[in-house]
Amino acid sequence: MRHRNAGYKLGRNTSHRRALLRNLVTSLVNEERVQTTVAKAKALRPWAERMITLGKNGSLHARRQAAGYLQDPAAVAKLFDQLAPRFGDRHGGYTRIIKTGFRRGDSAPLAYIEYLGSEKTQEAKKQKRADRIEKRTAAAKKAAEEMEAQGGEAAGGASES
Amino acid sequence: MPNPKRRHSKRRTSTRRAHDSLSAPSLSECPNCHERKLPHRACPHCGYYRDREVMEVAEK
Repeated sequence: MRHRNAGYKLGRNTSHRRALLRNLVTSLVNEERVQTTVAKAKALRPWAERMITLGKNGSLHARRQAAGYLQDPAAVAKLFDQLAPRFGDRHGGYTRIIKTGFRRGDSAPLAYIEYLGSEKTQEAKKQKRADRIEKRTAAAKKAAEEMEAQGGEAAGGASES
Repeated sequence: MPNPKRRHSKRRTSTRRAHDSLSAPSLSECPNCHERKLPHRACPHCGYYRDREVMEVAEK
């Protein structure tokens, strides 16, 4: 019987599991959305929501409790200043898990876990990524043209990127 | 070494395998792109789940 055996062990010992979940929750606070396996997403959800509860509390004690769990002081600041105020009129249910498919290699079921209302941040991140790629391709194109102009004589000096 | 006492008939083999058949995944239709997708999952073809885009899909 698996009575009173709730929770996720994730095949790790206690310290390994605690470190993994702290790492994931910190990333989630910073990025607002992370892709991981469904089991890990479900295991980290209670912690993700607990952090928001601490953030809504807003006291110095709560801030220290959050700092004791999150691995990054910047994440604590973001949690209290940006993330928690978004959920003023909501009691729990701050996260969403969207199953996305299966990982190549071990067929592990994958999911996104995200804080509600992170769509704007995702859009901004998408735009930033597109800009970066555009910049990089433009730079590569320019470098290739310069190579072309030199007629391949200085082949050794073009390996900057 | 222990060995089988009797010949294993074809019937015995196929009787054992009678319950080994695989079943097809139950797919549903994506309301956005009308491709077939797994239920309760974001559509792998268009990246939509519940009327909004949730992920990027690499275009070929």
